Amino acid sequence: MNTQVQNISAAPSAVPEGRGETFVELRGITKRFPGVLANDSISLDFNPGEIHVLLGENGAGKSTLIGILAGMQQPDAGEIRIRGQRVRIGSPRQSLELGFGTVFQHVLLVQSLTVLENLMLGGSWWQRIDRAAALRRFRELSDLLGLNISPDTPVGRLSLGQQQQVEIVRALWRGEGLLILDEPTSMLTPEGVRELGQVMVRLRDEGVAIVFITHKLQEAYAFGDRLSVLRLGRLVGGIDKDRLKAMSEKEVTDEVIRLMFGNTEGHDRDAETLAGLGQRRVKQRAARRSTVPCLSLRGVSTEGDIGECPLRDASFDLYPGEVLGIAGVDGNGQKHLAEVIAGQRPAARGEIWLEGERVEALSVPARRKLGIRYITDERMGEGTVGTFSVAHNVVMKEIGLPPLWRHGITLWDRVFGHARAQIQEHDVRTPSERTPIGRLSGGNIQKVLLARELADELVGEAKVVTFNKPTYGLDLQSTRMARDRIRRGAEAGLATVLISTELDELLELSDRIAVMFQGRLAGIVDNAEGAEREIGLLMTGAASV
Amino acid sequence: MSTGSEVTGSSSTAGRDRLLAVVRVLVPVVLALFVGALILLSFGKDPLAYYGYVVRRGLLSPSGLEATVTRIAPLLLIAAGLIVAFRAGIWNLGVDGQFLLASVVTAALAPALMGVLPWGLTMLICFVAATAVAAVWSLLPAFLKVRYGINEIITTLMMSFLGISLSNVLVKIAFNDPATTVPQTATLPVEDRLPRLFDTTINSGVIIALVVLLLVHLMMTRTAFGLKLQVVGANPRAAVHTGLSVGKLTYATFAISAGLAGLAGSVEILGVWGTMRADWNPAYGLLVIPLVFLARFHGAASLAFVVFFAVLMIGGESASRRLGVPHFYVLVLVSLLLIFFALVEYLDQRWRKRSRA
Repeated sequence: MNTQVQNISAAPSAVPEGRGETFVELRGITKRFPGVLANDSISLDFNPGEIHVLLGENGAGKSTLIGILAGMQQPDAGEIRIRGQRVRIGSPRQSLELGFGTVFQHVLLVQSLTVLENLMLGGSWWQRIDRAAALRRFRELSDLLGLNISPDTPVGRLSLGQQQQVEIVRALWRGEGLLILDEPTSMLTPEGVRELGQVMVRLRDEGVAIVFITHKLQEAYAFGDRLSVLRLGRLVGGIDKDRLKAMSEKEVTDEVIRLMFGNTEGHDRDAETLAGLGQRRVKQRAARRSTVPCLSLRGVSTEGDIGECPLRDASFDLYPGEVLGIAGVDGNGQKHLAEVIAGQRPAARGEIWLEGERVEALSVPARRKLGIRYITDERMGEGTVGTFSVAHNVVMKEIGLPPLWRHGITLWDRVFGHARAQIQEHDVRTPSERTPIGRLSGGNIQKVLLARELADELVGEAKVVTFNKPTYGLDLQSTRMARDRIRRGAEAGLATVLISTELDELLELSDRIAVMFQGRLAGIVDNAEGAEREIGLLMTGAASV
Repeated sequence: MSTGSEVTGSSSTAGRDRLLAVVRVLVPVVLALFVGALILLSFGKDPLAYYGYVVRRGLLSPSGLEATVTRIAPLLLIAAGLIVAFRAGIWNLGVDGQFLLASVVTAALAPALMGVLPWGLTMLICFVAATAVAAVWSLLPAFLKVRYGINEIITTLMMSFLGISLSNVLVKIAFNDPATTVPQTATLPVEDRLPRLFDTTINSGVIIALVVLLLVHLMMTRTAFGLKLQVVGANPRAAVHTGLSVGKLTYATFAISAGLAGLAGSVEILGVWGTMRADWNPAYGLLVIPLVFLARFHGAASLAFVVFFAVLMIGGESASRRLGVPHFYVLVLVSLLLIFFALVEYLDQRWRKRSRA
C-alpha cells in the first residue's frame, strides 16, 4: 500500500485524506428478499488506490450489494462506514453525494443527447445549467482518465466502449471516491477491454477505490489487486493484495474455483463453464459437408431503422448437424441476421434457401412449419408475454393450429395438458403452468423458449435453429443446460446458427465461426487452433479474410 | 373478459386475489360517494336525500327501472366494443362519431325501407348498414396506425369530431323531415320499432346487448382470434416475433370496436327514439370509456359498472328536475370515481412494491 498512498495524497482530487486507511467498510451487511437471503452478513473493505474484484456467479448476491451501495436498497442489518463514520445511504442521490459512482452492465445514456448534455442531466431541476463549469469538470476527468472524446458528440455516435467511458466519467462526476463497475467487459471488444483496463489502472493510481465485478477469471487476474468471492449471498473467501502478487494465474484460478464451488465433486462442470474450459463439442466430420446444405443465404441484406445496424450482403451455407458461430460486438447486425432467417424481418435483397426451396418470401409461421426456429435473446422483450401464463407462452406460436385449436376454438384442456408435459420434460421450475411467466427466473424462461422452439410433436421437425445469445443473463447451471441443449441438437442433426458475444461459448460449440462487423460477415474461420486470434482481428475490423 | 382464471396464479392465492380485486373496486366507489356527498353539502343539498332519490328513481320505481334497463343497451354495446379494442391495445376514443353516424344511417333507412320490405329484413339491413358505416369510419385511423404508426388516440378523436359534425349535416341536409319544425329525420312509428319486452317500455335492445357481450367474452377467452388480439395488446413485439399479422388484426379490432358502437346507435334509434334530431349527441362513448377502464376491460365487471352508471344517469336526470341538483353532477361522481380508482391503484402498487422489497 505504501508507495501508492503517497500518490494519493499528492493527487488533486476529492479522495479521502486518510493515509492507507480504508475508505468504505461494510460490516455484516444482510439483506433478505422473500425466500432468499441475498446478502448474509457480508463484511468487505474498499481501499483507495486498489482494484477490488468481486467474483461470483449470478445469484451470488453481487447485484444486491451494488444496489445497497448505490442507495437503491436498504440493508436489513449491518452498517456502512466511510472513513470510520457510519452512514446511511437512503437514495441514489445520497450515494452520489458520498462519492460513490456506479457503472452498470448496460449503458444508461440518452443516445440522442451529446456527451456533455448527458453528464449535466443529474442536476436539480431548479438549478441553472452551468455549461462552463460542466465543461471544466469534463476536461478534468478526461485528463484523469486519458480519454479522447469530444463533449459535443451525440452519444449515439460513440462506440460501446466509448459510451462506457462516458458512463465512468458520469460515475466520477460528483467526486472520485468509489467507482463500482458491474460486469463492464461483457459488451466490449478485446481492444475495449484493454482500454478499460488502462483507465482503471490510471484511476487506481490516482487513489480511487474501484470495485470491479466480473465472472471472467482472466480479467480478475489481469486487473485485480485483491479478490473476494461471493457464493449464495455469503463472502466465502478472498485473496489479498500481497498473496495475489505472489501467485500465478493458474494458482489464482484454482483457488477461486475452489472457493466458488467448494471441493465437492460434481461441480467440476460448473468450474469448467466458468473458466471457459468447457469440453469442446465433438466436431462433425467433414464428410457430412458434402451433403446438400440445409440453409443457404445468398447476398441477403436488410434495411435498418435509425440507429440500427442492418445486415449487408450476407452469404453462407449451413449443413445438417453443423454449428455456425456468429461472433462480433453487439449491434453489428446480428439481430437482423437472426430475424431475417426467422422471417420476422423482410430481406431487402438476396435469397434464403431451405433444403433447396426458397423461403425468403414466407411468413414466420410458414417457415416455422418448414423447420426454421428462432430462440430470441430478448426473452422478455419479444420472446414472451410476461403477464400471460407459462402455458400461454408455451403455445404462443401455435395459436389457431390443431391439435390445440379446433376451428379456431381454444381447447384449453389440451393447451394446459401440453404445457404440463413440456414443463415436466424440460424441467421448468414453476409453481404451475398457470403462473405468469414473468415471475420465473431467466433460466426457466429460457427453458420455456427452448421447449417451444425445439418441440417437434406439434408442428413437425425442427431443421434450422438460430440461437441469439442463448446464455445471456443466465446463471451457471442454466448456461450449462442451454449449451448442452445446443450441443445435443447439433449431434442430432440440427443445423444451428449460434450468435453470441461470449467467445468461449462460440469456441466450445461451433464448427465454424463467422465474425460480423458493421453488418457484414467479415469472415468465416474454421474453429481450430489459433481461431481466437483471427476472430479478434476480424471483430475489430482490423483484418479481412 | 380476461383469460383471468387461466392467467392468474396458483389456486391457493386465487381466492385472496379475487377478494382484493373486489376491495380495490369497492373502496374507490365508497370514497367517491363520500366526497360527492361533501360537494352536495357545500351546495346546501342533502346528500342522503339525493342518493336515496337517485336509487329510488333509477332502480326501485318501475318506470325508473325500465328507463335504466333501456339505457343499459347502448352503453353495454359500446362497452363490448371497447373491451375488444382495449384488450388488443388499441385506444379507440372515437366511439361517439361512430355511434352518431350509424344512428343517422339507421334513422334514414328504417322509415324508408319499412314500407317496402318486411319488418325483420328492415331491422337486419339497418343493423348491418349501421355497423358497416361505423366500421368504415374507423378505417382511416386503422390505416394510419398500420401503415405509418400514427397514434390512434389522436386520429380516432379527430374522426369523432368529424363524424359528429357530418351526422348533424346529414340530418339537416340529406334526411331532414320537412314535416317537422326542428331538423330531424322521418320518424319510425312506435309499432315498427324494436319489440318491447313483456308489458314494459323496455325494448329488446338490451337482449341484443347482453348476447353481444357474451359473444365478445367467448371470443376473447375461447378462440384463437381472441388470444391473438390479446397477444398484440399485451406485447406487440411478441406478436411480431410469433408471426401474427399485426396489421390485419389491427384492422379487425378497429372494425369490431367501431362496428359495435354503430350497433349501439342503431339499437338506440330503433328501440327508443325512432328518429334522430340534428343536435342529438348523448356522448355515451366518452362516458363508457372510463367505466371500461374501471372494470379493467373485464366483461362481467363492465356490466356491473354500466348498470351502476345507468342507475346514476336515470336517477340523476330525475333528481335534477326534483331536487335541483344539475344532471351533470353524475359526471362529477364518475370523475371522482376515476380519481379514487387511480389513487387506490397507485397505493396498491406502492404497497406491493414495498412488501416485495
